[in-house]
Amino acid sequence: MTSSEKNRNHRLSASLLIKGGHLIDPAVRIDAPMDVLLKHGRVAEVAVPGKIKGGADEKFDARGLVVAPGFIDLHVHLREPGQAYKETIATGTAAAAAGGFTTVCTMPNTAPVVDSVEWIEWLREPERGAVVNVFSIAAATRASKGAILSDFRALQAAGAIAVTDDGKPILDDGIMREALVLGGELNFPVVQHAEDTRMTENCSMHAGARSFRLGLRGMTAAAEASIVERDVQLATQIPNARLHVAHLSTADALKSVRRGKRAKARVTFEVTPHHFTLTDEDMRDYDSNFKMNPPLRSASDREAILVALADGSVDAIATDHAPHAAHEKEMEFERAAFGITGLETALALALSRLHREKRIPLTRVVELFTAGPARCFDLRGRGSLARDAIADVTIFDPKKKWTFEARQSLSKSRNTPFDGWQMTGKVIATIVGGKIVYPG
Amino acid sequence: MNPARGSLLGIEHLEAAEILRLLKFARRMNPDKPRPLLKGRRVLLLFYEASTRTRSSFEIAAKSLGAHTVLIQAIGSSIEKGESLLDTGYTVRAVGADIIVIRHPNAGAPYLMAQHIDVPVINAGDGLHEHPSQALLDAYTILRNKKTFKGLQVAIVGDIFHSRVARSACHLLSKFGVKIILCGPPELAPDIASTLAPGVRVTRHIEDALRGTDVVMLLRVQKERLAGMKIDLPDYIARYQMTPGRLKMAKKDTIVMHPGPIIRGLELTSEVADGAQARILEEVRNGVPTRMAILARALGRMR
Repeated sequence: MTSSEKNRNHRLSASLLIKGGHLIDPAVRIDAPMDVLLKHGRVAEVAVPGKIKGGADEKFDARGLVVAPGFIDLHVHLREPGQAYKETIATGTAAAAAGGFTTVCTMPNTAPVVDSVEWIEWLREPERGAVVNVFSIAAATRASKGAILSDFRALQAAGAIAVTDDGKPILDDGIMREALVLGGELNFPVVQHAEDTRMTENCSMHAGARSFRLGLRGMTAAAEASIVERDVQLATQIPNARLHVAHLSTADALKSVRRGKRAKARVTFEVTPHHFTLTDEDMRDYDSNFKMNPPLRSASDREAILVALADGSVDAIATDHAPHAAHEKEMEFERAAFGITGLETALALALSRLHREKRIPLTRVVELFTAGPARCFDLRGRGSLARDAIADVTIFDPKKKWTFEARQSLSKSRNTPFDGWQMTGKVIATIVGGKIVYPG
Repeated sequence: MNPARGSLLGIEHLEAAEILRLLKFARRMNPDKPRPLLKGRRVLLLFYEASTRTRSSFEIAAKSLGAHTVLIQAIGSSIEKGESLLDTGYTVRAVGADIIVIRHPNAGAPYLMAQHIDVPVINAGDGLHEHPSQALLDAYTILRNKKTFKGLQVAIVGDIFHSRVARSACHLLSKFGVKIILCGPPELAPDIASTLAPGVRVTRHIEDALRGTDVVMLLRVQKERLAGMKIDLPDYIARYQMTPGRLKMAKKDTIVMHPGPIIRGLELTSEVADGAQARILEEVRNGVPTRMAILARALGRMR
């Protein structure tokens, strides 16, 4: 149980009945009008409308709305410890709740790097002010220096759900092999930010016609694909190894992952809303809100990712929410920090791009936010609203039109390429452990 | 914020008619006959990177128009102490700059400046991106020698990848229908360079580039930017160095241009650099009236 749950249980209203909504729960193949009763932090009953007997302490009128399992984001940067000027657990999870996420997995590339049990415990303290569930992904190597593995056993026992050196990919074949071997023994996923940094020095966007025109050194697709290919091969050879490829962005890397899945290797991967929405051609006038790593790729890379989202290959949508202070972004493009925020725009982008434009069924879109990510990291009791599941629920209106304004974001930072975008599809309520946390 | 009127950030988005207007006005400018079009105005020269030609030429151009100039270089200023580009911009604006001329090692730096500071910003070269005043003075030089762009073929030989001069030249010449041939090894003249503008193609063979060419533009191999690339200089010289023998493959009246600095014995021999077809010093001379026109346009005095 996470700290936010413990925190909430004592002030929990005993029961909440969500009435009149359309339940989409891909894990148990429900896509129908259903009422949902939450009791003591769990799902007590799911039944056709009007069939749930007995009163509830609170009722939520979900007529015209979609009721889904609470969304899970496998990849966020909450910036604590050490970088509270960019984001805190409190502000980052408030933004998560506004975006419909009831669970977020926070990355260890903080100051200091989260590579010890002490920091995992610190992150869980009630003082952090988390309003949604926060799981830690710990550093895979000490201080993420890529030389000596961190203590996987102790980190897992302390509650870490995976390990990674996000932002500093593990390049050394021997260390990656060791990580996958030990991770395999412990059933502990190793998450890789796949980038051969020896090939991307001084690069600030995707290598292509646009980077050439702008005079910016480009990251090639090969810099991502070569690492994914190596990792997938290792995962195929090593018994029980679990590899999770973070923010996959290129068609070539996708080929390697597909090969791994066909060979029955335990390989999962996530894609981000910005990679399925934008391409390298969208950046105008050196706007650093279009600078992230991996970079926005070519139209054909985006197309390959859209196909994989539709055909069921992609396991999860993850935001890679990466807040930065204004002064770290308002600078020369090549010197500006990599990363954009993403928690509050993910659902609307997925609904627009995937559901309405590409005709991907709503159940599949919901799966990518729920059952899919829950499977990647074995988040038991989450990702579904089956009886006895944890009472994390996301309620959204798939047709509601709204405008995203960066200055009204609940995140501490404003670095988004989607400022001012007309959106369709909005989160109406976010429920964590049976308690409505958004709107607050 | 949109860039202030009169800014010159690049050639790519400048219209052909505006280019012709600038070149026409430049012909009326003469540093030996000063015209006080910018009398009492302040031109801030913000140079984050080394420069001889561009800096001195902008300075003389500004003074010939009656403006005051202040030169700020990275070394010996607050930039050295870690001041951000925008803070330096706000500072020089507060000091009273009417025009900011900026040379910077990062592509796009003048855009950032122009989006936040409400005076015209002139790009004097940004990283690998553009060098618009160089393209304009080269166009001026070509027109003085060839009268018209119509039917011309221009070969650009050397390190295209690292060259902001090449990018700006391609954009400019393409707008007038000039055939442009980029020539060099794949590391320096990648195939993707042909996507820069209509009428641009890439070749690996110097004979192919020179045949029927009216203008040969040579570029320096920028050793300081070659980080990690494996360029075999003796091989480069063997295949691409401009020699009197090779020059004969081009048209009889072909002219040889080079934005400088030239490295004798590398991209060209001394015979070519000092030969009758070379226009390298003429380019430098033409830089002053061209930049006078650019500065006059910045403050709406190009009339």
